[in-house]
Amino acid sequence: MAAVFQAFGTAAVLLPANDSRVRLLGSFPGRKANVFEVRSEKKIVSDATRVSGRGQHLITNAVATKADAAAASTGSKSGHELLLFEALREGLEEEMERDPCVCVMGEDVGHYGGSYKVTKDLAKKFGDLRVLDTPIAENSFTGMGIGAAMTGLRPIVEGMNMGFLLLAFNQISNNCGMLHYTSGGQFKIPIVIRGPGGVGRQLGAEHSQRLESYFQSIPGIQMVACSTPYNAKGLMKAAIRSENPVILFEHVLLYNLKERIPDEEYICSLEEAEMVRPGEHVTILTYSRMRYHVMQAAKTLVNKGYDPEVIDIRSLKPFDLHTIGNSVKKTHRVLIVEECMRTGGIGASLTAAITENFHDYLDAPIVCLSSQDVPTPYAGTLEEWTVVQPAQIVTAVEQLCQ
Amino acid sequence: MALVSRSSSAAAALLRPLSSAAANVSGIRHVTTDTTPITIETSVPFTAHNCEPPSRSVSTTTAELLTFFRQMSLMRRMEIAADSLYKSKLIRGFCHLYDGQEAVAVGMEAAITKSDCIITAYRDHCTFLCRGGTLLEVFAELMGRQAGCSKGKGGSMHFYRKKAGFYGGHGIVGAQVPLGCGLAFAQKYSKDETVTFALYGDGAANQGQLFEALNISALWDLPAILVCENNHYGMGTAEWRAAKSPAYYKRGDYVPGLKVDGMDALAVKQACKFAKEHALKNGPLILEMDTYRYHGHSMSDPGSTYRTRDEISGIRQERDPIERVRKLLLSLDVANEKELKDIEKEVRKEVDEAIAQAKESPMPEPSELFTNIYVKGLGAEAFGADRKEVRVILP
Repeated sequence: MAAVFQAFGTAAVLLPANDSRVRLLGSFPGRKANVFEVRSEKKIVSDATRVSGRGQHLITNAVATKADAAAASTGSKSGHELLLFEALREGLEEEMERDPCVCVMGEDVGHYGGSYKVTKDLAKKFGDLRVLDTPIAENSFTGMGIGAAMTGLRPIVEGMNMGFLLLAFNQISNNCGMLHYTSGGQFKIPIVIRGPGGVGRQLGAEHSQRLESYFQSIPGIQMVACSTPYNAKGLMKAAIRSENPVILFEHVLLYNLKERIPDEEYICSLEEAEMVRPGEHVTILTYSRMRYHVMQAAKTLVNKGYDPEVIDIRSLKPFDLHTIGNSVKKTHRVLIVEECMRTGGIGASLTAAITENFHDYLDAPIVCLSSQDVPTPYAGTLEEWTVVQPAQIVTAVEQLCQ
Repeated sequence: MALVSRSSSAAAALLRPLSSAAANVSGIRHVTTDTTPITIETSVPFTAHNCEPPSRSVSTTTAELLTFFRQMSLMRRMEIAADSLYKSKLIRGFCHLYDGQEAVAVGMEAAITKSDCIITAYRDHCTFLCRGGTLLEVFAELMGRQAGCSKGKGGSMHFYRKKAGFYGGHGIVGAQVPLGCGLAFAQKYSKDETVTFALYGDGAANQGQLFEALNISALWDLPAILVCENNHYGMGTAEWRAAKSPAYYKRGDYVPGLKVDGMDALAVKQACKFAKEHALKNGPLILEMDTYRYHGHSMSDPGSTYRTRDEISGIRQERDPIERVRKLLLSLDVANEKELKDIEKEVRKEVDEAIAQAKESPMPEPSELFTNIYVKGLGAEAFGADRKEVRVILP
């Protein structure tokens, strides 16, 4: 059951923690009234119940939209609701209809419908030559996708789990990233490599990898991470239309998020970050699943009187330093919350980039919260501690804003 | 070994190709060629695996034979010139030379069209030339100049010529084979009726991705032809020390294979023609070209620590591809010694001129460092981490 609330005005409505409706964020006096739209599908899971392990779902989709974001799914009743994997599928289907050169290859994408149902029914609709079931041979079918892209086809290579794409690292790094350069511009590689990554629910170390850190230094590729159904569809379409190779990072736990998205066609920009919640006190930069942990922490922070600005960076390569810079110039404090490993992760690069470019605007050192540098353990409690939790985010903001 | 079966033998007929009208009146003999088909026998018969081998009798013309001679001499001269350029430090880094293997490139080119694709590894100078590249582009690229085929940014291992269907030019051993199968997939997807030749060496034949790609190609019936240029040494390791089964043409198992004398341009031509017809109907095929390289693996390898000089000179005397065609031309009376020598001198002059021209080409501009990282029009340029104010508009 979807409950949609719209809050204008000054009162903050607080509901008991175990109420199935969601706590609302109020707007603050002295600021322009913003439109907050909050919806929930399932029960709120507070930190206390999280430990139990079973039956936990990602719930709140607290997205603050700018008042002038006309295309965004605000209170208008038009648009349609769907889950994130359905949004990906919609984007994919629309692009495949639009351009006959678009094809999908991956393990179990065809007859099985995709291990996360992103390509469900597409094989029936488009045929076996456009939705191709490959054998378990990532190195070669990624290479084949790149070879096909060199001739002008637009393949989408799906890694069943991002971690499996490590087997195709050579193809992605040397051929996908570099062929446009080493051929002096003769070949374009309009390929999209996508798949779910990130820490799931006790999937074990090898199936909980975050590859964005490994791929980020490859010259020539673009990396984006989707986090909501709206931007998932938009980024999927943009990535397919792009002439550059794009790696689209999805997250295993975000596939069942529900949101209302517009009926009309739209594309998200591949190099732009998304302003999730404007604020004044501190800039919190995040992407993918951590966005939801940040938003959860934001609720607590707001109750404590802080005003965090939350930006979903979306574009992992290149960084949208324009949006980030403007935010830093406003708040002077930066907190990066990511799921990547501490060493050599996206946060590390982002810290360096911000320090290089906006050092004079910082009032405090940049704080970066990332996952622990450990293989993700199987045990639920341990797994929780490898990933950044909302409580840690709250503590970090408090320390940063002293 | 008989290169040509004389008319006295019971086997293939040899037609006298010379037309008397071509013999000029002034008494000086010119090289005479025409396009009357003649049939030449290959040096050795083909060995087949899981398929019927093509016939030993190759249909060709004297014009084609002369083209072979000229092209192979050009390639030989070009590689030797590259050798001296490397030693005078005008070419740096890695330089892998193809001399000895010219017949493979030339024979393959004769069997296919420019819409068919060729992809190879790093020993690509001559294949690039055969696909329509110019000497200037080769030397300029080797020396890192702007006039190079990849604008100086690729180097010896990254020659490409998209409009002629030459897809490179790859440094990592074996990685080009899945790319080649991808090209074949695209050809099947667009229903082009063309094929892809993915070349690799005996060293790369042990790469796993090769067998993965072969499996997928056979499964999806792709028009991919995998060509193993077996020069018997993977850098310093002889084939019998690297492969349990050096019969590379048999390693496809369910995929048919053909073993070809790679020093005989006509045999290569026949095999490639056969392979193209086969691939368009029945899916992938493996060709093993039995060939040899005179130089070491690259310019940093003397090439004599793992093989004897006698072996190298022995092959040069008995199986050299250019010598074979020369003998053929002489025996068919297409040209005499002097004329062939003139062709070689001409070729040498061409190469020298191209080198001089390439030396004059400037080095790339510093701004070229950042071009061609991303495709223009998307706005994502490589300025380090910075980004311009202008937002990107997608197509």
